[in-house]
Amino acid sequence: MAQKDNNFLIIESGKAEKHYFKDLWRYRELFYFLSWRDILVRYKQTVIGIAWSVLRPVITMVIFTIVFGRIAKLPSVDAPYPILVFTALLPWLFFSSALSDSSNSLIGNANMISKIYFPRMILPASAVIVALIDFFISFILLGIIMLWYRFVPSWKIVFMPLFLLLALIVSLGAGFLLSALNVKYRDFKYIVPFIIQFGLYASPVGFSSDVIPNKWRFLYSINPMVGVIDGFRWSIIGKGVEFYIPGFLISIFLAILLFLIGIIYFRKTEKTFADRI
Amino acid sequence: MKTAIEIENLGKKYIISHQGQAQQYVALRDVISDSVKKLVKPKKSMKPQREDFWALRNLSLQIDVGEKLGVIGRNGAGKTTLLKILSRITSPSEGKIKLNGRVSSLLEVGTGFHPELTGRENIYLNGAILGLSRKEIRKKFAEIIEFAEIEKFLDTPVKRYSSGMYVRLAFAVAAHLEPEILLIDEVLAVGDIQFQKKCLDKMGDISREGRTVLFVSHNLTAIEHFCSRCILLQSGNLILDGNVESVIEGYIKDVREGTKDLILADRIDRTGSGKIRAVDFKILDSNHNEVITMKSGEDYYFEIDYLNNSEDNFKNIVVSLDIFDDKNSGLLLFRTNFTNNNLEIKKRTGKIFCKVNNLPLAPGNYHFSIFISSADIEILDYITDICHCVVEGGDFFGTGSSGLPTHCKILHKAEWFIE
Ligand SMILES: Nc1ncnc2c1ncn2[C@@H]1O[C@H](COP(=O)(O)OP(=O)(O)O)[C@@H](O)[C@H]1O
Repeated sequence: MAQKDNNFLIIESGKAEKHYFKDLWRYRELFYFLSWRDILVRYKQTVIGIAWSVLRPVITMVIFTIVFGRIAKLPSVDAPYPILVFTALLPWLFFSSALSDSSNSLIGNANMISKIYFPRMILPASAVIVALIDFFISFILLGIIMLWYRFVPSWKIVFMPLFLLLALIVSLGAGFLLSALNVKYRDFKYIVPFIIQFGLYASPVGFSSDVIPNKWRFLYSINPMVGVIDGFRWSIIGKGVEFYIPGFLISIFLAILLFLIGIIYFRKTEKTFADRI
Repeated sequence: MKTAIEIENLGKKYIISHQGQAQQYVALRDVISDSVKKLVKPKKSMKPQREDFWALRNLSLQIDVGEKLGVIGRNGAGKTTLLKILSRITSPSEGKIKLNGRVSSLLEVGTGFHPELTGRENIYLNGAILGLSRKEIRKKFAEIIEFAEIEKFLDTPVKRYSSGMYVRLAFAVAAHLEPEILLIDEVLAVGDIQFQKKCLDKMGDISREGRTVLFVSHNLTAIEHFCSRCILLQSGNLILDGNVESVIEGYIKDVREGTKDLILADRIDRTGSGKIRAVDFKILDSNHNEVITMKSGEDYYFEIDYLNNSEDNFKNIVVSLDIFDDKNSGLLLFRTNFTNNNLEIKKRTGKIFCKVNNLPLAPGNYHFSIFISSADIEILDYITDICHCVVEGGDFFGTGSSGLPTHCKILHKAEWFIE
């Protein structure tokens, strides 16, 4: 009996549920299975699946190397230009696919939302995890490219996970925010590709942040992905990469701010998802 | 008795906007252009007409542990909304609910199934979606595949499954849920009848084990078979609560009232001179009790109440009763002059009965049309699309099994032999 009493669940109008984050933990298996489903489905169509996570970064790298390295002749650091580009592409591609998949995750699973209860945050979050898996696959690719150029990464690579964590926070925050906005404003889906397209050129992917004049550097760092990408380059390439601390701090600050705004907005609108979707 | 579910003054409000059809979401483009317009002309409010719509209101209810509650009501009465609130899919606009125990809801079978994944993979996925842990699924795995009868296709992607296999698999996972409170919505409508029966039995087990079940269905036989108590919802209000029999009776009345003003007496979409009008139509079982669902193989009376608008008696009146299926194909025709039974219609009002023994309709949805003419000279009244009714179950062939086909519409006994 006493044990049963712990089982009480109270649903009341207009009140936020106290159990929410406990529930999120209870539903971790669903979280796991949804990520697993998306990965499985992707790699079931093996050829396309693998090609997607291999070809996309390679082609982008080649184009960027040609455009920025050869044609624009932007200066490289102490590393071959393809490696300079690829170290930035890794977090960028992670961010962009996390963003586009998670922002569609609620609409794409509309049926589940209208038929089953679960903490809705699981959907955008699992889309981000799927992108993370792709990231690890591309990371192997980076290893191969480094072997090819006989390039030895810096010991600072041990700090890379910290920058990955920052990328994760940015992606989750943006994912929560955009997926919730997407339910409310259906034409938001046209905006996301634009953000990604624009973001690619507003981030130091094809070139090093050092080409940005110093007085603009702080302003430039308002894009939290600048901090992530600079961090990746600093930790992997090491030599010759300066680390612009104030910019990095503002990136961290904005990433956390975005994350919190994302969660708050998501939680606020989550209750009406099933009614609107 | 302990209470499993306590609902206090529950209400759910939807906002419907009156711009064309119900719009559930807004376009950012409109929001921006509206606010720009507001900036330019701040006085005029650009808000589209919006109206509150209460899908559920003032609902209070206590359900004891182990009770099996049937929830019935016409379409749009708020049944699904109630289940969605109880299962936390959507949140209430007012009121309070206390749930005592783990809740599982089954608003649809196979939610989250992915066609590219195999049966095995989908069992795990669907189990997780329904709230089972991996451990629990592993424990019940063998039982689930046995129940679904798909052992051989376990590693085939479900996109290659027949729809029957798909439904069986989806149901098997759901039937193995072991919550303390189970919410089921109209899911038994899928699958073949034999399997439906198996599921009902399985869920019967569930409730015998002391679980609380809320069961929404249009299938009154299933409600009768399965529930110990029943409530009737009408436009979001609880209007009846009590034993199954009396609530079902109330439901039948409600359905008749809801369709009455649409049907017959007040309907103007009819042809014929109008000297005689069919003003009511009822289906009675062999004991003269009114029903809205029929069973294959039973005997029924179809009753047509008429109003004679002229001052004369009519002799030699032909009455036809057509039965159509839900795709509007004509299936059966009963006509008085087939059997030289033309009728005499008296002054004022009266009732015409048509008795059909051993109803040859297979389970499905049907409706009628009535045609009354005076010996094929003058059409007196002709009205179509009346009395939508359901045929379900029934032991047409007298074999004790109610597993009737649904892909055919007419049943007839045949003899089989070898020479
Ligand atoms: N998301 C929604 N937005 C607006 N109205 C809705 C929504 N969902 C349901 N309704 C309305 O609420 C009423 C009750 O619906 P429902 O609970 O599905 O009825 P039932 O299950 O009894 O057929 C219906 O009139 C329906 O149109």
